[in-house]
Amino acid sequence: MTGRLAHRLMLASAAPVAAVVIAVVLSSIVLLISGSNPLAAYADMVQHASKLETQVDIFNRATPLYLSGVAAAIGFRMNLFNIGVEGQYLLAFIVSAHIGAQVELPAVLHIAFILVVAMAVGGAFSGAAGVLKVTRGVNEVISTIMLNAVVISGLAAWWIVEWQAGGEISATGGRVGTEPIAESGLLPDINSWLEVFTREIGLGKKLTGMLVVAVAVGVVYHVILNRTVFGFDLRSSGANPTASHVGGVSPKRMVVIAMTLSGAVAGLVGMTELMNTGYYPSNPISLLGFTGIAVALLGRNHPAGVAVAALVFAFLDVSSGILQISGAASREIVEIMKGVIILTAVIAYEVVRRIREREEAAAAAAAMAASPAATS
Amino acid sequence: MALAIELTGITKRFPGVVANDDINLAVAEGEIHAICGENGAGKSTLMKILYGMQPPDSGTIKIGGEVVELHSPAQAIDLGIGMVHQHFMLADQLTVLENVILGAEPMRSLGRIDFEAGREHLDEVGRAYGLDINADDLVETLEIGERQRVEIIKVLYRGAKILILDEPTAVLVPQEVDELFRNIRELKANGATILFIDHKLDEVLEIADTITVLRQGRTVGTVKPTDVTAHDLAEMMIGSELPVPDAGASTVTEEVALAVDGLRVIGEGDRAVVDGVSLSVHRGEIVGIAGVEGNGQAELVNAIIGLDDPDEGTITLLGREITHYSVRSRREMGLGYVPQDRHRDGLLLSFTLWENSALGHQTEAPYSRGPWLSRAGMRDRASRIKDDFDVRTPNIEVSAHALSGGNQQKLILGREMVAGPAVLIANHPTRGIDVGAQAAVWDDIREARAQGLATLLVSADLEELIGLSDTIVVMLRGRLVASLDPNEITPRDLGAYMTGAALETDVA
Repeated sequence: MTGRLAHRLMLASAAPVAAVVIAVVLSSIVLLISGSNPLAAYADMVQHASKLETQVDIFNRATPLYLSGVAAAIGFRMNLFNIGVEGQYLLAFIVSAHIGAQVELPAVLHIAFILVVAMAVGGAFSGAAGVLKVTRGVNEVISTIMLNAVVISGLAAWWIVEWQAGGEISATGGRVGTEPIAESGLLPDINSWLEVFTREIGLGKKLTGMLVVAVAVGVVYHVILNRTVFGFDLRSSGANPTASHVGGVSPKRMVVIAMTLSGAVAGLVGMTELMNTGYYPSNPISLLGFTGIAVALLGRNHPAGVAVAALVFAFLDVSSGILQISGAASREIVEIMKGVIILTAVIAYEVVRRIREREEAAAAAAAMAASPAATS
Repeated sequence: MALAIELTGITKRFPGVVANDDINLAVAEGEIHAICGENGAGKSTLMKILYGMQPPDSGTIKIGGEVVELHSPAQAIDLGIGMVHQHFMLADQLTVLENVILGAEPMRSLGRIDFEAGREHLDEVGRAYGLDINADDLVETLEIGERQRVEIIKVLYRGAKILILDEPTAVLVPQEVDELFRNIRELKANGATILFIDHKLDEVLEIADTITVLRQGRTVGTVKPTDVTAHDLAEMMIGSELPVPDAGASTVTEEVALAVDGLRVIGEGDRAVVDGVSLSVHRGEIVGIAGVEGNGQAELVNAIIGLDDPDEGTITLLGREITHYSVRSRREMGLGYVPQDRHRDGLLLSFTLWENSALGHQTEAPYSRGPWLSRAGMRDRASRIKDDFDVRTPNIEVSAHALSGGNQQKLILGREMVAGPAVLIANHPTRGIDVGAQAAVWDDIREARAQGLATLLVSADLEELIGLSDTIVVMLRGRLVASLDPNEITPRDLGAYMTGAALETDVA
């Protein structure tokens, strides 16, 4: 029994481990070709990451990546490719920043209000793509890509001019952006939570409170997906829409709901920045939506897997900075590593899936052979 | 007589199964040689090996006395072997001639197709083998039997002397089978060797010169049809007597469980695919729907299940009108469904058996409590289904694709039965499963009928329809055209009703 469990665990972890190992090997080759010393580069990365302040940076980067990964994963579970997380979070970001600055509420309510607005905006925007799919047959990949353009070069570009803080230097830092949200609407950092276990965090680094929200989202995602009838409906409809339909699950309804939920989670992606700075800047942190797709892919749409994937990507992103400073290697090596990890992960997952399928078929065939053929 | 094909010691293993185990087969030139066996006996694998689609792990293949190693169908075709697949591979929008020459086009200069040469050769082949077909007909206008003839001509056109026919009668009604057999005899008379795969024993006895029986991947024996009876063949195939569906004493009650009234479903092109269908199924009754596929049975079933919205008419389940209810509410009211296509409509292949055992019933106890799934309840039910319905599996944690077709079907039937349905729609419930599993499915349906289950049975297996049903209705072009007593009808007569041939004299 323990042997079988160990075997299953080994199979489950084989793919991501193999992906990372192969990625390291290939990256080393690239580093050697480009005339850098791979060992020195890795040593710099690891040494940098062992610092507490760097770890705070990694978590701050991983938090929005995780939310973005979960948003993509919800779509993938329903066999939908929501490539519009990018547009959804930027739209939710700017709208909730603007509306959040217009209201005055007590602290907890104010924060909750902003988060709900962000989720509603993201959900509605993504849900629209779902409605288009089920009513007009528009492929969600096409519609969400186009909706991305509507936001990024359309609405956000227009509203940032429309809503910027009257040409004045904004209170929070002298950059151009929407009117800042009052202090009551900002999520405090959770440095003190971490400092229970560690020394004091220096360099003015702040661990984002959105980390707590991200963990909550992950838990809720896991529970809904695996423990509720709705989650079963969603998974079954994603795996086989016709069989699921025969089983009483309307595939159209599930498409709209899954797109809406995906967009609602996407709406939270920009909140890490908003809850910290209090406004939507003219150059918000972008591309989180697209990276989230890769994170979901690497994490196999599993809540814990996506978390690990988000941390790996965050580590690589944060490392690119130190490589540039130390000069051990070009920072672009990090992008190569990300790409290689994704490619090898996809291949390794497929290999493991086939091995598992074959083992199961063999076991089932053995069970058939063990009992004599039916003679009725 | 010289041997056209000689297979010696053919063995082919797949992970976990030996599909062919030391098979020997000798086919004389110019004979009709039938290969019989249950599903999973290894017939298809053997034919794939002979047609170069899969190499054997060991054993030798001799064609016309020469040892050959086959690596591709193209090579098999060069050696004069042609295969007519069970599922036709024809382009509907092309003419017969275009379909036949497709992939073997006679060319003129500048890459132009020489249709005249093709037509000439096609006529030659048709004359030589006595196959009659109009080269300019669009394939989409042809009947099933004619399409099959096109497939055969396609193979002959490429110079095949040895024809492999893979379950050619599976898709045909009895009248078309007669026509096919006439063609096969004609082919034989003109020197072709026919390898005929089938598991319908009366057909095999009628057409074959020699019969080889396979069981569980092994050759059981080679016999002459004059020396054996269907009974003997059945024993060879399954090692015991062939089960026959038999409904037993009637359990029909007065209480109507499912009523369909004046149902119309408009399909593509504003054509009524279900046209004014009315029928009722009582508790304890099995109503069989006979019909050549594509006459509206699928659409009727979809409307009853709730997948499609009917355009006119009503559906009443247990006294409540459910014409526009959702699939889920119908299922919660006690409508069970065994779909025709297991993989498309019945299972989540990548999910575990216990998850599959909840599909369609996930809102009901014991699978869930309120919005929460009950994994314990799901596993419990799955174990019960596994035991009660004899699903052969190492455990309930494996995914559904690991099971064989028959076991998948038993899982689906078990799932619907343990939910305690009031009405069961069984759409081709035994298609593509072996004789043992088939008998089990029949037993389960009969047992539930005795408990008061109302069953609507759609099937292409006429013996199954006649054996199980209390009433048979015939569906033709979307209408119910006859209501028959299964005690008084033969498969042949039923076939005549299905094609409409019997209706000119006897309109129901």
